[in-house]
Parts: sequence; C-alpha cells; structure tokens
Amino acid sequence: MSGAGAVTLLAVLAGVLLGVGAFTFHYAEGFSYLSSDPAACVNCHIMRPQYDSWQKSSHHAVAKCIDCHLPHDFVGKYMAKGLNGYHHSRGFTFQDFHEPIMIKPGNARILQANCLACHEDLVHELIGGVNGEPDEVQCVHCHAGVGHGETTGLGGPERADEIEGSES
Amino acid sequence: MKKLQQGWSVAATIGIALVVAAITAAVTALLININERKTEAKNPFVRLVEVTEDTTDPSQWGVNWPKQYDSYQRTAITTRTRFGGHGGSEALPDEKIERDPWLKRMFLGYAFSIDYRDRRGHAYMLVDQEQTERLTKPQSGSCLHCHASIMPLYRELGGGDAMKGFEESYKFSYQELSAKLHESGHAHPVSCVDCHDPTSMRLRVTRPGFINGIQALAASDAPVPHLPSVEQWRAGSRAQPYDPNVDGTRTEMRSYVCGQCHVEYYCSTKMPLTFPWGKGLRASDTEKFWNETKFPDGEQFFDYKHAESGAKILKAQHPEFELWSQGVHARSGVGCADCHMPYMRDGATKVSDHWVRSPLLNVNRACQTCHHFSEEEIKARVDAIQTRNFELLQRGGVAIVALLDAVQAAKAAGATEEQLAPALDLQRKAQWRLDFIAAENSMGFHAPQEAAMVLGEAVDYARQGELAALNWAKPAAAKVAASQP
Repeated sequence: MSGAGAVTLLAVLAGVLLGVGAFTFHYAEGFSYLSSDPAACVNCHIMRPQYDSWQKSSHHAVAKCIDCHLPHDFVGKYMAKGLNGYHHSRGFTFQDFHEPIMIKPGNARILQANCLACHEDLVHELIGGVNGEPDEVQCVHCHAGVGHGETTGLGGPERADEIEGSES
Repeated sequence: MKKLQQGWSVAATIGIALVVAAITAAVTALLININERKTEAKNPFVRLVEVTEDTTDPSQWGVNWPKQYDSYQRTAITTRTRFGGHGGSEALPDEKIERDPWLKRMFLGYAFSIDYRDRRGHAYMLVDQEQTERLTKPQSGSCLHCHASIMPLYRELGGGDAMKGFEESYKFSYQELSAKLHESGHAHPVSCVDCHDPTSMRLRVTRPGFINGIQALAASDAPVPHLPSVEQWRAGSRAQPYDPNVDGTRTEMRSYVCGQCHVEYYCSTKMPLTFPWGKGLRASDTEKFWNETKFPDGEQFFDYKHAESGAKILKAQHPEFELWSQGVHARSGVGCADCHMPYMRDGATKVSDHWVRSPLLNVNRACQTCHHFSEEEIKARVDAIQTRNFELLQRGGVAIVALLDAVQAAKAAGATEEQLAPALDLQRKAQWRLDFIAAENSMGFHAPQEAAMVLGEAVDYARQGELAALNWAKPAAAKVAASQP
C-alpha cells in the first residue's frame, strides 16, 4: 500500500467515525445535557416516574431537577453532570442497575446541600453545618415527598431467576 | 532500512485503521442501543382479536395483551415463603392439618378435617378444587363463584340476569354445576374478563357475592375510612344502592377486584353464597352478623357441628380483604394490587405484574417504591411481624385443645348439654377468632395489631371456655368465668 493510499484510507475511516459519532451524539440529544431543561432528564424513559411526580410536587414551581440534584457552582456542577452522565449511560445501555432507582450517598450529599442552599436560614439551628457530620440529619429523611410525592419509581422487568421458582 | 521503515508504517496504518474501525463499530452499536431504548418508549397495544363478556379463555385476551398474559401464566410457577406456599413438587401442596394438629381437632365434623392444604397460584384454582377430597362430602355449586370464570354460566342460569342465575346456583351440587360449566366451555380459572371490562379494559367487579356484600356494608354505619367512596355515598341521597363499578375510585377498584373472592363467606347448600359484611368488616362485626343470621328453616346460623363437643361452629374462610381493611396500608390508600400486582417496567412500558404472588417474592417492585430500605431490612421487618403472629396463633391452638379436652372430660363425668352450653358458646367464639387469623393468608401482616387483638380474644375465650367446662357442675362459677368486658 502506498503512503498516500494509507493516509486516504485513514482519512475515510476517521471521517466515517466522525460522521457516525456526530450523528449518534445528535440522535442521543447530546447537547440537551448541557442545558438545565428538566426535559433532558427524561430523554431516557427510566426517569419518567420521577419527572411526572416532580411536576405534581410542591417544589415544582421553585426548583428544577438540577436545582436539587447538582451543585450550584460551575466546576462542581459539571463534575457531577459528567460523573452521573457516565453512570447513567452505562447503566441504561447495559440495563444492569437496581430498580426502583435510588439515590446514592454522593448524590444525597449534593441534595442535602441544595436543601440548605434555600432553607438554611430556617434550619440552621437544627443542622450542624452543611454536611458536617456523616450521620447528620437529612432533610428528605422526613420530608421525603417534597420533590416527588410520596411514592415514585417503578420496579424493574422480570428477571430470569424469578421464573426458575421463587423462594423467600 | 527503508524497507523496514515502510513495513512499519504499513503495519501502523493497518493498526490505526483497525482501531478506528473498532471504535466506529462500537459507536454504531451504541447508536442502535439508543434507537432500541427510544423505540421501546413508544408502545401501544394492538387489538388483534375481539374479546367480549363471553371470552373466558385468557389465551384469547393474551393475543391483545401479551405482557399481562405472560405474567398471568406465571401463577402456575411454584413459589414459597416462610409461612405460605408449598414445597415445590408437582403433587398437591402439603397438608396444613397435618402440620398443625390442633387445626384438625378444631375442624372435626367439617370437610376441612379431611383435606386442607397450602395454597397454590391462581392457575390451579379450578383443578385443585376439582381434586380436593372434601368433594367426598356433599358440596354446593356456590363454590364455583370464585374458582371458575363463571359469569356466562350465571347469565345462562338466570335467563340473561347474572344475579338471578347466581341466586339459583347454590341449589346445584358442586358436581352438577361443574358438569354444566365444562359443557358450556367456560371451565377456566379466574380469567381476564372477571376483573376487566372487555371494551375498555377498565377494572370492574363482576361477582354477585361481592356486589351484595359491599352494598350491605355501605348501607351499614360501620366505619370504613379506607373506602372513601363508601363514605361519600353514605353522605349522599342513597337513592341508588352503592355500586362499586360506578361509585368506586380507581384505587378502591384495585382492591375490590381481589375482594370478590379473598374474603370470608358462607358457601354451602342451605342458602346462597353470602359475604357477611352487613355490620362491618372486623372479626367481631362478622361474628355478630352470623349470630343474627338465620337459615331459611329458622335455625341460628352455623357452618358445622363440632364432632366431639357438639358446638355449632363458625368456619372462617380466608378474610384477606377484611383483615387488610384494618391495617395501615389500607388506611394509607395502598390496595391489594399495589403490593401483589405491582407495576413493573417492561421496556419503557409500565405493566401491572399479573403474576399475583407474595410481595416477599417481589420486594423491589412491591415495597421499595415506597419504603426506601434494603430488601434484607424489609424482609426482616415482615418476618418479625409474622413470627410474632405465628407464635400467638400457636398459643391459641394450645388453648383451644385445652378447652376441647375439658369438654370431653366433663362429658365423661356426666355433664349435660345444657350444663356445657356456656363452654360450647365460648368454643364457638374462640374458634371463630383463631380460624379468622389462621385461615387468613398473610400470617397477620395485613393488620398486625388487629390480628393480635383477635388472637388475644381467642386465647381468652378458649381459656374461659376451659374454665366453664371444668366448672360444669357449678353453674355460678361457670357464669363468672364466662364474663367478658
């Protein structure tokens, strides 16, 4: 193969990758994830119950998804977006996550900080400082319904081990 | 040297080309995966076959609603929990009466002392009923109310009016009505049409026993805070009787459809199938209802005469709907289907799991959508409730056997029927309560405090009865013993 031929082949291949990659990004609505629009969070249907219940919740008028679930500073926000984006894409692609979906400790800390970002004046005597102690009281432990009502979420699809005979 | 360099650059070019191609393939695979996820989010059902009120064969409905039908068929799978289900062989389940001998003693004189086994799934309801050895005793056609998809047969018997057909059905023997059912081609276990309107798929109740029972409950003044539509109907003009299919809320319908069968009832040859709800749903309310019920011949209501003592006994069936009604889940608006047929995800579709089973086998769908704890924690909490209920129940078993022993001893010593009347009345009371919790299929979980209260009363009445039998020769002492709060 001549040098020019190899370079052309590489250019074609790279072009194919760029094209397929760009289309995939567009088809997956990749740019929507740079916005703060709650609709971006239901690009994947897994979060549909959370989105629907948020629309009927008491906080609907004052807080969008990212107001509670992402840090408010630029760096923290994009770090969290990146990390969650990775976990969510991986989980949704391989379908190997726990259902109903539940918040993880790291995200729960972000959530707690955001409760306080608005309500700290009211609760500063109850709370020993933002995320100061690991066993500090979490606002949503009692106020579980403020973001998504009392019940949210959906159990997952049938698993093979269920059909083999169930025992508990 | 130059050749070597050229060889290397060809190898490098091929290598890079392969890597780029592999990445491109991976990106394409991702693209297709995203496409699949997007496609599953759009999902209507297609009505391929027409189903009507007479389509009792569930496989017909399964053509239109395959996801629900698939899970409905799973009720044939063997399941087991600590306190329910059976061992997993293809044969019939274990005998409950062998495991708990006091049950057999309690049921002497009743067909349940012949054959009484653990439950199996919905798929087996008809075939298990056709095989039970209880059929060696005369049984009524009423039993098919809940074991077959019987509405077309009721309409046939009543000349188009199902309620009329139902009122006739108790006069047939089980065998006669079963033969008619098989002739009519509707010999299926509970089927889609029993709970769903074939035109709209809306939930609805069909069973006359339930419709009569809930009307009587609505017309009573028993508190039913968990059934808001009943309270609303009571506050209205009451021009029409309460109609669950018109007045019931969507949430209530998710329990009413199950309450068509998972209840206490009379089901024998002397009068039509009856749900005893005219005075309320608690064990004591139902007992009062039965105590005030008379057979057509004027005799006071009873299910059977105890073969040893001669007491006229009330047999409890499986009052799941009634016990659930007393619990915190009912009070919070959580219906049967929320835990026993929880929503599950199928692709992006929300489907009710029609594999009706214990929530303990389905914790993530049944419990974790509300209770944000681990499966182990949730199971441990349930186990604590059920174990305590089981232990209290066994104490009741010991107490009822002590009562029966005392009655036998009194009879041997020459006590007359009249002298033993207080003891036998207490036996009826104690057995009713013990059986109410033993026959109920949640081992107390549906309403733990109510179950504990009913069992506490059972133990108390059994021991009072034992005292009354021991003191048969001293009526005054017996009377004191039989006092109650």
